[in-house]
Amino acid sequence: MAFTFAAFCYMLSLVLCAALIFFAIWHIIAFDELRTDFKSPIDQCNPVHALVLPEYSIHSLFCVMFLCAQEWLTLGLNAPLLFYHFWRYFHCPADSSELAYDPPAVMNADTLSYCQKEAWCKLAFYLLSFFYYLY
Amino acid sequence: MHVPSGYGLHPQNYIAPSGHYPQGPGKMTSLPLDSQCGDYYSGLYMVPTQNMVTPNTANQQPGAQQMYGRGPPAPHIVGSTPGSFQGAASSASHLHTSASQPYSPFVNHYNSPAMYSANSSVASQGFPSTCGHYAMSTVSNATYPSVSYPSLPAGDPYGQQMFTSQNAPTVRPARDNSFSGHSMAISHPSPLPPPPSHQYHQQQSLSGCNTLSWSASGLPSTQDNLRNHTGSLATANSNPTNTAADSLSCPVMQNVQPLKSSPVVSTVLSGASSTRTPPAANRPAEPVASVTQPSELSQQKGVDSSSTTSSASPVPNSYDALEGGSYPDMLSSSASSPAPDPAPEPDPAPASAPAAPQPSKMAKPFGYGYPTLQPGYQNATAPLNSGVPPSSPAYSGFQQYAQYPGVNQLSSSLGGLSLQSSPQPESLRPVNLTQERNILPMTPVWAPVPNLNVDLKKLNCSPDSFRCTLTNIPQTQALLNKAKLPLGLLLHPFRDLTQLPVITSNTIVRCRSCRTYINPFVSFIDQRRWKCNLCYRVNDVPEEFMYNPLTRSYGEPHKRPEVQNSTVEFIASSDYMLRPPQPAVYLFVLDVSHNAVEAGYLTILCQSLLENLDKLPGDSRTRIGFMTFDSTIHFYNLQEGLSQPQMLIVSDIDDVFLPTPDSLLVNLYESKELIKDLLNALPNMFTNTRETHSALGPALQAAFKLMSPTGGRVSVFQTQLPSLGAGVLQSREDPNQRSSTKVVQHLGPATDFYKKLALDCSGQQTAVDLFLLSSQYSDLASLACMSKYSAGCIYYYPSFHYTHNPSQAEKLQKDLKRYLTRKIGFEAVMRIRCTKGLSMHTFHGNFFVRSTDLLSLANINPDAGFAVQLSIEENLTDTSLVCFQTALLYTSSKGERRIRVHTLCLPVVSSLADVYAGVDVQAAICLLANMAVDRSVSSSLSDARDALVNAVVDSLSAYGSTVSNLQHSALIAPSSLRLFPLYVLALLKQKAFRTGTSTRLDDRVYAMCQIKCQPLVHLMKMIHPNLYRIDRLTDEGAIHVNDRVVPQPPLQKLSAEKLTREGAFLMDCGSVFYIWIGKSCDNNFIEDVLGYPNFASIPQKLTHLPELDTLSSERARSFITWLRDNRPLSPILHVVKDESPAKTEFFQHLIEDRTEAAFSYYEFLLHIQQQICK
Repeated sequence: MAFTFAAFCYMLSLVLCAALIFFAIWHIIAFDELRTDFKSPIDQCNPVHALVLPEYSIHSLFCVMFLCAQEWLTLGLNAPLLFYHFWRYFHCPADSSELAYDPPAVMNADTLSYCQKEAWCKLAFYLLSFFYYLY
Repeated sequence: MHVPSGYGLHPQNYIAPSGHYPQGPGKMTSLPLDSQCGDYYSGLYMVPTQNMVTPNTANQQPGAQQMYGRGPPAPHIVGSTPGSFQGAASSASHLHTSASQPYSPFVNHYNSPAMYSANSSVASQGFPSTCGHYAMSTVSNATYPSVSYPSLPAGDPYGQQMFTSQNAPTVRPARDNSFSGHSMAISHPSPLPPPPSHQYHQQQSLSGCNTLSWSASGLPSTQDNLRNHTGSLATANSNPTNTAADSLSCPVMQNVQPLKSSPVVSTVLSGASSTRTPPAANRPAEPVASVTQPSELSQQKGVDSSSTTSSASPVPNSYDALEGGSYPDMLSSSASSPAPDPAPEPDPAPASAPAAPQPSKMAKPFGYGYPTLQPGYQNATAPLNSGVPPSSPAYSGFQQYAQYPGVNQLSSSLGGLSLQSSPQPESLRPVNLTQERNILPMTPVWAPVPNLNVDLKKLNCSPDSFRCTLTNIPQTQALLNKAKLPLGLLLHPFRDLTQLPVITSNTIVRCRSCRTYINPFVSFIDQRRWKCNLCYRVNDVPEEFMYNPLTRSYGEPHKRPEVQNSTVEFIASSDYMLRPPQPAVYLFVLDVSHNAVEAGYLTILCQSLLENLDKLPGDSRTRIGFMTFDSTIHFYNLQEGLSQPQMLIVSDIDDVFLPTPDSLLVNLYESKELIKDLLNALPNMFTNTRETHSALGPALQAAFKLMSPTGGRVSVFQTQLPSLGAGVLQSREDPNQRSSTKVVQHLGPATDFYKKLALDCSGQQTAVDLFLLSSQYSDLASLACMSKYSAGCIYYYPSFHYTHNPSQAEKLQKDLKRYLTRKIGFEAVMRIRCTKGLSMHTFHGNFFVRSTDLLSLANINPDAGFAVQLSIEENLTDTSLVCFQTALLYTSSKGERRIRVHTLCLPVVSSLADVYAGVDVQAAICLLANMAVDRSVSSSLSDARDALVNAVVDSLSAYGSTVSNLQHSALIAPSSLRLFPLYVLALLKQKAFRTGTSTRLDDRVYAMCQIKCQPLVHLMKMIHPNLYRIDRLTDEGAIHVNDRVVPQPPLQKLSAEKLTREGAFLMDCGSVFYIWIGKSCDNNFIEDVLGYPNFASIPQKLTHLPELDTLSSERARSFITWLRDNRPLSPILHVVKDESPAKTEFFQHLIEDRTEAAFSYYEFLLHIQQQICK
């Protein structure tokens, strides 16, 4: 049967991956705007927050799907990022409602550049995996 | 403008209206491309090269003036005068700018208007014969050529010099006339108001007297000396012969001038030690050039010296203060760390002065050798100085005059070289820490003075408002990394100032690209344009700026107060408002639960409020409101017309609403009676309450709703953990862990509620100030967030009780008085700008960072300090100065929009030794403390402690590796860093960072909050208290303040070895004073000062010194009062008897001693040494 569950997984994750790429690009733009002073961190961080949770859940979702489909290699590739997301999620300050990006702290140049780097890395990762899924 | 393409943009020269053209830049000139930055310093220093500019002396007699241009430098045009003259000049200048190849067009230009063709031709040739030239100039007085013609490449010294002569005799008179029309100022001294006259006089003499002033420039104290001489000088100036001489070609001039100036100079020298040696000056063998006049001075002169100088600015500006010498500002700024002399005697550069640990140095040119400084920089020293090494007193009186004017540049450039080999300044003197027992100086440590030209030094921002951890900025990030020192700024922007020039004008002059406010460190290219010192953009001077309201003269933009003071305040126009200025609005949110009533703070608060109701800052629009809360929230309707205050209770704390939004915040004056009634009733209203819950979160939400339409200040009084509604907190402290040496947890907030609330408040221009008066753990770490992010302030009174703990009660009372009456600024933002190449990356303090360099401060108060960490993003190789500017835009309590601007200027250095020489150890410690707080919250306390120790280890080992000839067994520090290990040890023993000693979590967090938001002066006292012995106060070295004699006992080191049983000691910890009475203290002292017959009869808790009519009592009290007057929050006094239980409080501040958990100072040094050797 050509159309296995694994194939379905790949197709779905292809679509979702496109969404993730979009998120990553959106992050990059958002941080860039911050850096160039176009927006106040408060205004900026709220939408960013809104995107963080979907991103994490989408990513976890297809990790679970790969697990079910027993695509170990793909799962292995995604595992590090998954752990990183879990770590961010549980390690962020205080209430986990306030994900990752803390308006007062984000303007700190170190934090800002870290966030930006993170966004670029994710973008690269999602792009690569996009082509991997495509294949 | 007149800058040849190479110079490109920088305008550095001020235009000297008088027709001096200082010109250009020294070495930098040779770089064709250094467009902007390059020489910007030269502009500032004006004298960049040794041009000899003659002063224009007396008005009428313009001699020919010549400049010796040094490099291909920019010829300057000076368009000084209003009127036609200007036009010509400016047009000329434009021409120059545009001209990529400067000279030819230049010349032509000049030629045409003038009859200078002869001159110009000479100039263009490059080797003007002096005589010829001069002759020409004198002859050709009629025109106003202001040209220097540097035609030659910089390499050849002779070639470089050009003579320009400009005489504008004809022009000048005209000018004079015009001036006279404008202002009566023209005739010399007459208009001076008596007191200032002296100073201005002096100034004038400076500006007027060429050489003299020069010599002065090298020497800080000169001015004072000059005062005496003013008269003579002035006469000298006016004397035609002199002027003529000046105008004549150099050789003549030199001869003349030395004569004139010599007496002055000698005095100057002896009096002062200058930090900077003019390199050229020191080498007698070399022919040194001619007279230079600092272009700045010339600039100051304005068109004609007499007119400008005589105009004394009515505004008391910092200039005055600095000159006066007796002002505190002066003291602090002038005295530098190593051996500060508190006495007013002007010794601005003790660092170099203490001179020469090794006698051999004396003979050599001494001073901070900054090889990097271009000759222009050095020019600061005048020709007179040339023979004189200013720094060493030995030289005074021994002067050599330059014989060969021509060689100026050469000598100066050689001088630059020679500096490199010159001996180290005092601040670099190696100190063997392990052997030096008395590391702490006897007198308070002052901020080091940046090694700048004297004129700039005088203009620079007071270190009380603005300090940098490195007063010599390293050129590259690599150099900074090598030095292993933190780079950052410490700010106290809203400090209470006694003198502050306030400027009202329609247009506030700012750089068009970076929005920098015009400041003393910009350079005027000509009358019409100035070059920004941060981004190097050339801007136009608006028409309005040409008129100086202080002197009522026109055409002197450089003499406006904005350009004469580095701290100024502008009254902003409506361009600076997003909405009409808000009124002062105060809301008090009071905890009235059982716990709070028990503690009894309400009585004190209401009492203070009643007393200070009229002194609350504000205008007729001031509004005030009250809320109380326990498990419900109570609002008070104080609307005018009610017979008595109406209490409205909202018990729905899950969804708070405002019962009558309009009448809760009422006008203070209209409803004053009701407010007073309420304040009188409030303390007794809740005496029988049984409500133990505290719904702080909902109360804050209500307060936010109430305040959002206007913004303002919310003062929250809280006495326990919030236990209801949103923002509820649990106790997180485990008392058994208080003295743990391992992990200290819960330094961060438990919930984001308070942070979010604070951010919302900040967005609505509302600041939340927290007064925490609790006897138990109240999770300050979480509660503090409400103030941290809304730019509020935090006060903490542990175990507060109005009867059981009277000293806390008294402290609350005094703090409240200050809190209620101090200045306040609303809806403020602060922007910090710095020279291109530097960038800010982390801010410390209470605020919300809205963008990379903009802090949003809902409120600003005079007790708030800030710190900023800097990094060097681009190399600063093409500039020799960097500037920092903070602009604080706020609405005053009177509803005015104001901008307070501070500008700090620092030199850039390229060698590691210079970086070490310029360390401001106190600023560095405060910055490190701030960084350590961040680290302990984000990582862990032990990480932060390690980082502190590593900071010492790294910097000392980095220094050790630069000093080659030292034995490695010893722990060596440069003198500027010798207190570094001591202060770090003090930090490690601070409540905030200590481990092993029982410290309550709230105390620790509060100490951290204080580190973050206190200004440097107060923070230093907290970190390293001052200890004085007070049982033997004498009048020796006493200072006089307001008719009182204040004894100045020496500082003692913080070690029990200094305490003797026979003595009594005062420890000044910033917010608290301890007086420790030794067991066998002299009974006379106890009786005279404390009013008790002997040691045994002194009570355990004594918080006041009685007013006794004895000499020693008077001395002790005046000393303590003096200490108190120096700080905003009146500290409380504890008298601690030896053997009383309270003595542990006192002994924990003796940081040089060993405790069970921490090193003694000596052990700490050994520990560091060990780490270095590893």
